[in-house]
Amino acid sequence: MNLETEEIKNATVLRIKEKRLDAHNSPEFKERVLKLLENGKINIIIEMSEVRFVDSSGLGVLLSGFKNAASLKGGLILTGLQSQVKSMFELTRLHRVFKIYPTLEEALGQD
Amino acid sequence: MIGSYYQSEVKVEVVIPTQTRYLSLVGSIVEEVAREIDPYSGDREILGYNLNLVLTEALANAIAHGSQHSREGDIKISIHVRDNELCIRVQDKGKGFDLKSIPQPDLDNPTGGGLGLFFIKTLMDTVQYHQAKSGNILEMRKQLR
Repeated sequence: MNLETEEIKNATVLRIKEKRLDAHNSPEFKERVLKLLENGKINIIIEMSEVRFVDSSGLGVLLSGFKNAASLKGGLILTGLQSQVKSMFELTRLHRVFKIYPTLEEALGQD
Repeated sequence: MIGSYYQSEVKVEVVIPTQTRYLSLVGSIVEEVAREIDPYSGDREILGYNLNLVLTEALANAIAHGSQHSREGDIKISIHVRDNELCIRVQDKGKGFDLKSIPQPDLDNPTGGGLGLFFIKTLMDTVQYHQAKSGNILEMRKQLR
């Protein structure tokens, strides 16, 4: 799975360089997020502008990462959601759980 | 020709091994079918995304309950559009499951579980599941308007 990490200010930006976050790659994504948290990177911004498709498995690992970060008194926020991906969050009401920002700049401003 | 009306029929059948790496391929096929449906007055991009999602969820479920080590475990997919109705059938030879035993997800206290079936039931009009000796069949229908 193609993922990039970058440290900006006091946050770790995790860029998903894939078109899909689904049952095929979500286990690997979950591992990467867990590894970041284990290494003390507890303020994570997931940058998703290249992701055009997310399934229930993808939503599940994002939710799991969010809960794990919160339990460490950190945070996991989302940015760059394409409109149809965002509609999946709305359909499942997960948009009320996550902090979602249109751009990375706005997410960094809030972090 | 005035008065005549051509209603297209599309049928696509695909067989895949029980491996998640094929989810993307099948998802893109059903999106392409959504683009070809004629006539359809709704948003084809949204229809395509939703069908991709429904089929991805159905296949991921069949793969999770199936055997990855034999050709017996292959999954058959049929996408059929006819007379303003779309029918997607997913047939597998895995252990199967009880459709009614899977609870509705609590969207106010999300755990991440049960969302796959929630998407299927929400985005399709009817969902039926049969278990037989020949395999399990998940049949999902949607009226196209």
